[in-house]
Amino acid sequence: MENFLLSLITGIFIGGAAGYLGTLMLSKRMALVAGPLGHLTLPGIALALIYGFDISLGAFPFVILGIILIWLFEMRTKLPMEALTAVVFASGVAIAFLFLPIAQAETALIGDISKVGFWDTVIVSFLCLFLFVVIKKIYLKMTLINVSEDLAKSEGVEVKKYNLLYLFSIAIIVALGVKVVGGLLTAALVAIPAVTSRNLSKNLFQFSFFGLLFGAISSFLGILLFKIIGFPAGPLIIIVSTFFFLISLIFKKI
Amino acid sequence: MSETILKVKNLNVELDNEKIIENLSFEVKEGDVLTVLGPNGAGKTVLLKTLLGLLPYKGEIEWQKGVKIGYVPQRLPFIKDIPMSIEEFCKLKEASKKEIKEILNSAGFGEIFLNKKIGELSSGQFQRILVAWALIGNPQILLFDEPTAGIDIGGEETIYALLAKLKEERNLTILLVTHDLSVVFKFSNYVICLNKCPICQGIPKEVLTPEILYKLYGEEVKFYEHHRH
Repeated sequence: MENFLLSLITGIFIGGAAGYLGTLMLSKRMALVAGPLGHLTLPGIALALIYGFDISLGAFPFVILGIILIWLFEMRTKLPMEALTAVVFASGVAIAFLFLPIAQAETALIGDISKVGFWDTVIVSFLCLFLFVVIKKIYLKMTLINVSEDLAKSEGVEVKKYNLLYLFSIAIIVALGVKVVGGLLTAALVAIPAVTSRNLSKNLFQFSFFGLLFGAISSFLGILLFKIIGFPAGPLIIIVSTFFFLISLIFKKI
Repeated sequence: MSETILKVKNLNVELDNEKIIENLSFEVKEGDVLTVLGPNGAGKTVLLKTLLGLLPYKGEIEWQKGVKIGYVPQRLPFIKDIPMSIEEFCKLKEASKKEIKEILNSAGFGEIFLNKKIGELSSGQFQRILVAWALIGNPQILLFDEPTAGIDIGGEETIYALLAKLKEERNLTILLVTHDLSVVFKFSNYVICLNKCPICQGIPKEVLTPEILYKLYGEEVKFYEHHRH
């Protein structure tokens, strides 16, 4: 029972923070980026599983590597993002499978929130709160940058600084997200609550708030379902989230 | 005499090894309405962006000390993808609600527009909002990049009426980019004709002769004819 409560708390915090950040990523047309980044973490997760340390810790250096690659691709070359995904992140999956213990493949790919401990939960909760504060602080300026970098620069916004904070937030959320939904499903964790929220929102406040809300509720219900029917929590969270998205389509004005 | 607000000397802009602007010099004085006229691809938008410090350049750009600049970009293709009310859009710029109301009011928007979603505005309304947005924080000079397409009929007329009104109310200096001759004649007291190289500049009625206009737009026509063969 205690474990279940801990995984609920962990899931709600990560889901909420991911949904909140997801709205910023969606307005930057980068919602899918968390996917390839998640894939790239798989070798790190595999190492963590083999040597028995925290999978977020294993994932983190690989996310940072991925962020640097995104930065290089965006700034230094004119290759489109898909090329990055195809070449680099698919090879992340490939490399992971060279040494990923097959018995633990499921944990790596779709996550396993059921085994989080007390300190895990405490650390994750604080990290998520910290992330929430950072995102809230950069939200308006980032939105202006997402509307137009030129406009933001002409207003004296330090675009590079904000982009860096933003990418750093993505790195943390992906590293935490793999705990909940594994390396394969991280894109869904940030993207689906955000698109659901966009369908229902009239303004920026609703957009960011509903993103957070749908992220948190999807995690809550997904983990609850896991407790009841026993399927893995990661996929259940995503399915619940998709269900909300489908409902939001009905309310969306065409 | 009115003071110089902007002085440009021997400006050269090169992007991706292509010369976009060559040897341009001009001055803008307080209260001027200066138009930059030229065909598509002449470097008009690049000029505005360079003046704003967004692009690398050679030469001199000297703004009056402490000048505040308002910028109205040509288009913001992504803004409608973000759910945002007009009030929230204005708050991206750290404005008080009072200031927002005031500016929206002088741009012809009542209070009910505060909560209206940006995506629900017509293109003409949206452009007026952009002008209002640029005026938050009381800039002395407005850089206005005219959209070449996409403004509803009648919208174009009102935007210039609005600019003229705001100019009077706020003692604005305006630098505006256009491809529309009638705007130049009706609205501005100084024109720069640009087609990569500066072709002419001066008082519109004096400098815009048929020969100059042929020189300004003629090459583009030839280019299209060449293209078809």
